[in-house]
Amino acid sequence: MINAKTIFVAGLMGLSLMSTSALAQDASSSAASTAAPASSAAAPATSSASATPAVAEGDTVVKQHWSFAGPFGTFDKNQLQRGFQVFKEVCSTCHSAHLLAFRNLSEPGGPEFTEAQVKALAASYTINDPDADGGKRPGLPSDTWPGPDQTPADLKAAFGIVPPDMSVLAKARSTEDRFPNWIFNYFTTYSEGGPDYIHALLTGYEDPPADFKLPDGKFYNRIFPAHAIGMPPPLTDGAVQYAPGPDGSTVPLTVDQYAKDVAAYLMWLSEPHLDQTKSAGFRVMAFLLLFAVLMWMVKQRLWRKVH
Amino acid sequence: MATESNLAHDETPDPGKRDFLYIATAAVGVVAVGGIVWPLINQMNPDASVLALSSIEYDLSKIETGQAVTIKWRGMPIFVRNRPQKEIDEARAVPMDQLKDPQTDQDRVKAGHDNWLVMIALCTHLGCIPIGESGDYGGWLCPCHGSQYDTSGRIRRGPAPKNLVIPPYKFLTDTKIQIG
Amino acid sequence: MSAHETTKYVPSHPVARWFEDRLPLLGFSRELMDYPTPKNLNYWWTFGGILAFMLGVQIVTGIILAMHYTPNAALAFDSVEMIKRDVNGGRILQSIHATGATMFFFAVYIHIFRGLYFGSYKAPREVLWILGVIIYLLMMATAFMGYVLPWGQMSFWAASVITNIFSAIPIVGDPILQLLRGGFSVDNPTLNRFFSLHYLLPFIIAAVVVLHIWALHVPGNNNPIGVEVKDKRDTVAFHPFYTMKDLFAIVVFCIPFAWLVFFAPNILLSADNHIMANPLVTPPHIVPEWYFLPFYAILRAFDFNFILDSKLLGVIFFGGSILILFFVPWLDTSKVRSGNYRPAFRWFYWLFVINFLALMWYGSQEPATPVIGPFTVADTSKLSVLYYFAYFLVILPLLGRFEKPRPLPNSISEAVLTQPRAVSGADPAMPTAH
Repeated sequence: MINAKTIFVAGLMGLSLMSTSALAQDASSSAASTAAPASSAAAPATSSASATPAVAEGDTVVKQHWSFAGPFGTFDKNQLQRGFQVFKEVCSTCHSAHLLAFRNLSEPGGPEFTEAQVKALAASYTINDPDADGGKRPGLPSDTWPGPDQTPADLKAAFGIVPPDMSVLAKARSTEDRFPNWIFNYFTTYSEGGPDYIHALLTGYEDPPADFKLPDGKFYNRIFPAHAIGMPPPLTDGAVQYAPGPDGSTVPLTVDQYAKDVAAYLMWLSEPHLDQTKSAGFRVMAFLLLFAVLMWMVKQRLWRKVH
Repeated sequence: MATESNLAHDETPDPGKRDFLYIATAAVGVVAVGGIVWPLINQMNPDASVLALSSIEYDLSKIETGQAVTIKWRGMPIFVRNRPQKEIDEARAVPMDQLKDPQTDQDRVKAGHDNWLVMIALCTHLGCIPIGESGDYGGWLCPCHGSQYDTSGRIRRGPAPKNLVIPPYKFLTDTKIQIG
Repeated sequence: MSAHETTKYVPSHPVARWFEDRLPLLGFSRELMDYPTPKNLNYWWTFGGILAFMLGVQIVTGIILAMHYTPNAALAFDSVEMIKRDVNGGRILQSIHATGATMFFFAVYIHIFRGLYFGSYKAPREVLWILGVIIYLLMMATAFMGYVLPWGQMSFWAASVITNIFSAIPIVGDPILQLLRGGFSVDNPTLNRFFSLHYLLPFIIAAVVVLHIWALHVPGNNNPIGVEVKDKRDTVAFHPFYTMKDLFAIVVFCIPFAWLVFFAPNILLSADNHIMANPLVTPPHIVPEWYFLPFYAILRAFDFNFILDSKLLGVIFFGGSILILFFVPWLDTSKVRSGNYRPAFRWFYWLFVINFLALMWYGSQEPATPVIGPFTVADTSKLSVLYYFAYFLVILPLLGRFEKPRPLPNSISEAVLTQPRAVSGADPAMPTAH
């Protein structure tokens, strides 16, 4: 009998039929839409490995466990603060973040610095303001993050392109899942392709293979398309000194840790309201389920009379 | 016949339990509608970037006695004037019955900071910006329709009904105020 | 307005009577509520109501977004981000509008495929069907322009590729292209006019929807067995039976909708669209939104020259694949409406559905992607395109002549009594009508 179940199964069968051969192909063949840095030609190859980090081999992105993953995930405030520190001390030298306002750093759902801390931080930066004396003034919490000191032209000369703005970088990058994994993503709500990619890239610097021709001024990276990236490896062990947590706990000062922290921070920067959206979502879903049950009962009650 | 009846009101005989279901569902429906309508209206309220500028701080240290500056707060011009003692005395000498909008000078400044006058620089008539150190009362003169304010910013002559409005502000330190 | 008899409604309150004499709104709404609807409609019939709901959702959220959006090439991208960050509830409102487009198309495909299966396009409902195809076209235009507005890389390049279609038209193609774009390439003028039209079209859709419902009410609804309503025993009043059933379906529909909105708002969006539009850099894979993929596959399948050059061929078949829908009422020659009574038709229909999904997948893949053995997407998609057109031009006309349909029940009431639950949801063991 033709009903919803039949169609669903038929559709799935049809899709699997088509994709079986494609699935059997080498993982590095190009497939549907992925994100890639603007200057690349090929798509980054990925794996559909499970959340448990495995030994990275070849040029695959190993997915990480993120505190904010899944419907129940939330940001880890301490991780966001550490990530902000990495961003501030390392990344912001060359990368802008023009959609970040200082006040965002004290808003709920983020690193949640205190308002006093944010005020002091903002004041430590000089903002161009045509209304101010001499055209410059100390920053205010309402100001947005000032760009790097060097001009875009200088940066382009140094790196070949202007380093991309970081405001939505974690949304502008992704990993790719082959069929049928991408179907499961709709149920696990996997949205962490950006942080996974960023972490993999930052930990993906290594010596090029002997036969690899690395163009001048570029650096070898396992993850970056065509393996030649203009960004010099930004992180080294011990580069950023984290203060211990309120309870005295510490994290290892390693590239892997910095990469995780800054990737989580960049995810927050892209989606500052993630936590609030998810908690609103729970209330809406619970309400809808209740409402659906009630409507079902009303409909049944009415229709019982009809033959 | 159930197929024919206009069922705006259910007529089949079985009250109580059946009615409760319909009422409960309708109530849940009303909650749904309310829960949907409120965010649709609330989005028109000032957004976070506007609210971030709802309160500003200003450093008074550069304003010398007898000087005034005009700054912007919530999109409005604000006069900040460092009054010499002469102007304060003049303002306090005015009897209340001479004022269209009676208000003492002490009420218009913060205690211990009597020299600082902070006012919204919009004439209370129709909103033009008055010109400082003009008019017959040593204060401000509005060029649009001739309202004149004294050294405390109070209306003395002209069509304006009220004194220049004092915004909510406080002294964070002796040289720094927060407006809003 | 309809073929059914109606008694004039006289309100009890004198003010209501005064108004009713001048503009009979209350009587009109009573007519709609009492409208005799076949009592055996199944859940595939709830998608009309769902679509009306979605149109309302998109219009309301769209108008709200327009209060905060800036349609200028330099500012659009940031204005969308600022909606998500600063506007009260903005993240959710934007998410509803973007995800709503997908849900809208999901519902419209189900609604169309319902019509194709149950023969809802057959006489006397041909105009109803044609109005529906017009709504579908308007929806596609609206969605296409809406996708350009955030001015990301995909927005820009999709606009470039699709407007380029017009350059395929011989002689007048390039001037038309420049007129459309307002320049030599997609740029600020294009964005501005797309914003204006994107705001306008949904209201035109709403007007055509009114005509669509009017055209429905003249003959009345089709139903799963395709046998027309004979008398009152075959019908129930629209309110409360179908109002409540539709409302239930809408609430259930909102569950996956809310799931995506709140927990996976970016999952359908290409990551490249979070990079601001750059006319000097093409993204590695330009892919339209999923609901356009089958037609994109048809467009790309024509990579060979045959009398006309491949680009023009592709455009003609791309347009043809949608325009052919207008002719379905005449292409299908069967006297039997419902697929439930057409066993041979069923096989071809479900193959068509699977083929449509295959075309959707093809549209998402690069032409060089291997499918089976040495054959690539470019090769096998041609077979799918062939079946798509053959279904309408060859199979439907021939089936009507040669297939052997099952015997139809005499009436809806009879069918409801003899068929198991699946058809109408009513309990067959209960005694007959009153």
